[in-house]
Amino acid sequence: MTDIAATASPSTQTTTLPARLAKGFVDRLVIIIPYLWLLFFFLVPFIIVFKISLSQTAISMPPYTPVLDFSDGISGFFAGFRELNFDNYTWLTQDALYFNAYVTSLVIAGISTILTLIVGYPIAYGMARAPATIRPTLLMLVILPFWTSFLIRVYAWIGILKPEGLLNQLLMSLHIISQPLVILNTYTAIFIGIVYSYLPFMVLPLYSSLEKMDYSLVEAAEDLGCPPIGAFWKITFPLSLPGVVAGCLLVFIPAVGEFVIPDLLGGSQTLMIGKTLWNEFFSNRDWPVSSAVAVILLLVLIIPIMFFQQAQAKAQEQGR
Amino acid sequence: MIRKALWLSATSVFLTLFTAGGRAEDRVVNVYNWSDYIDSSIIDDFTKKTGIKVVYDTFDSNEILETKLLAGGSGYDVVVPSANFLARQIQAGVFQKLDKSKLPNISNMWDVISERTAKYDPGNEYSVNYMWGTVGLGYNVKKVTAALGTDKIDSWDVFFNPDKLAKLKDCGVYVLDSPADIIPAALKYLGLDPNSTSPDDIAKAEEALLKVRPYIRKFHSSEYINALANGDICLAIGWSGDVFQARNRAEEAKQGVEIGYSVPKEGAQMWFDQMAIPADAPHVADALEFINYMMTPEVIAKSSNYVLYANGNKASQQFVDKAILEDTAVYPDAETIKKLYTVKPYDPKTQRVITRTWTKIVTGQ
Repeated sequence: MTDIAATASPSTQTTTLPARLAKGFVDRLVIIIPYLWLLFFFLVPFIIVFKISLSQTAISMPPYTPVLDFSDGISGFFAGFRELNFDNYTWLTQDALYFNAYVTSLVIAGISTILTLIVGYPIAYGMARAPATIRPTLLMLVILPFWTSFLIRVYAWIGILKPEGLLNQLLMSLHIISQPLVILNTYTAIFIGIVYSYLPFMVLPLYSSLEKMDYSLVEAAEDLGCPPIGAFWKITFPLSLPGVVAGCLLVFIPAVGEFVIPDLLGGSQTLMIGKTLWNEFFSNRDWPVSSAVAVILLLVLIIPIMFFQQAQAKAQEQGR
Repeated sequence: MIRKALWLSATSVFLTLFTAGGRAEDRVVNVYNWSDYIDSSIIDDFTKKTGIKVVYDTFDSNEILETKLLAGGSGYDVVVPSANFLARQIQAGVFQKLDKSKLPNISNMWDVISERTAKYDPGNEYSVNYMWGTVGLGYNVKKVTAALGTDKIDSWDVFFNPDKLAKLKDCGVYVLDSPADIIPAALKYLGLDPNSTSPDDIAKAEEALLKVRPYIRKFHSSEYINALANGDICLAIGWSGDVFQARNRAEEAKQGVEIGYSVPKEGAQMWFDQMAIPADAPHVADALEFINYMMTPEVIAKSSNYVLYANGNKASQQFVDKAILEDTAVYPDAETIKKLYTVKPYDPKTQRVITRTWTKIVTGQ
């Protein structure tokens, strides 16, 4: 926060003191807004969910107890507060189901992210190297699928992948296969669905980092005798790394909690954390346990990302 | 900038107050019902007759409705949960008792149905039946005949007998992703009490279901409508009305897909969708008037003719289309009705066992 205020100050040096103060206030305001946003739309909901995760389920409205409020005065609030405990978290460790669901979700999201990167990188690279005149059109084409509902696009894959679907009809009419391939309701279908749905989230950050790259560096490497593949791995890829990281996080994080794609394209045997949450929340009507599942999921995602950011910040500092 | 924002929000507060004040003059009823579950002309007729405006909103799963009700302050005046959900919601204090003096049409109701709904709502104090149906077998007539050599599907045996279901594996079997509908069916097939909550009985049901699990393509509670209609699958355990919808869609598509529905002879579970008024409903008097109107024989018959479900209104039967009234899949004969069973809602502990058992059956874990 102070950093930006400091860099902003030289330009305001010539103005009067009140004007400078006003400018400083506006600068701070600009920074405060995202923090307020985080506070209201992330931290407050998280605290509510965390509180529910420490409660017990009850047949009432809302379906958990205690409900913390100040209607009985401060003492009532604290009496309720003392009833909170970590039983629901202990419960999660007692059944291997939850652990397996977390692991399955992480593995599926991890594989999907790698596949999305493999598919997305050449697309982004091609876009970045395309003539500047057609780049806006290419960008438009990447964004265009968002104009159709996500649900409809996932549903369309059912029509493509099912045994009598378009893909099997095509392959069979070309005599490549004689028996229809079973793809729908398998893990393969989930991977296809995730890669397809999240591809733009991978391509856009990759494109923006590749587009900024100075290609004279690659030319220099080639002039000095480095083969194109070597130049790619030694120069292009490391320079695009921020884009790779941003793209991977944008795909990986929502994919872990994905519910719709495994529900529609996956088989019933797929046990992902989204479905486990749904079961706890809707079938068991156990808001406290489902909140505990959600809190753990958040920790599973946030802790590695925080470590990663710290490492990146350190690397950047050393780079200077 | 800030001043402008304040000014804007002050204006909007003022406008909200003003419009809310204006609305209180008009009579309104906020109805929350299942999707595709009413002939919309009924709503127009109601408004014409009473001057009460109907704000009609729809949901597609009991769970969604329940979550809104339990969170409180839904703003709905009439909601239509299924009876087993209703029972638990009554316990949670979600609903208010109906003022029967405002519901003269209640004399039209059918005792056969009211007796059974009273198991969920003792004395029918909180709710009135809208439609009811069964959980049974929906099937693709041609594909099942080809696989089994008969189109006579009248028993749970076709599903729970692994030898028979194995023959249907390749053409596709879907099952409701709803343990409260499937586990009682398994218990009934095994000759046990479908209402049993004993862990031993539930384990036996689990065993029976695991035996046929390899032949089930998917557990899902709505996809089977399209899958049946498109001819993608040949057997589904589903709700009667959904299967009729699949049958109609298949007929409209004219692709030669013919869908049948059967109520298994061993007995099948009945479900009931009940009209009820939330405890915090803003327009109670209008809600009662709406519910009373829905119990008018001609009105509810019109609804049945449109949605193809049986209703719980005896007096309406003379106005129901003959084809529907005589279709034993919609209105089972008296003999079959005797064999239909109802399942009481599970207590939280049993619910946990049931959900866990179900996860094991569905995912193998």
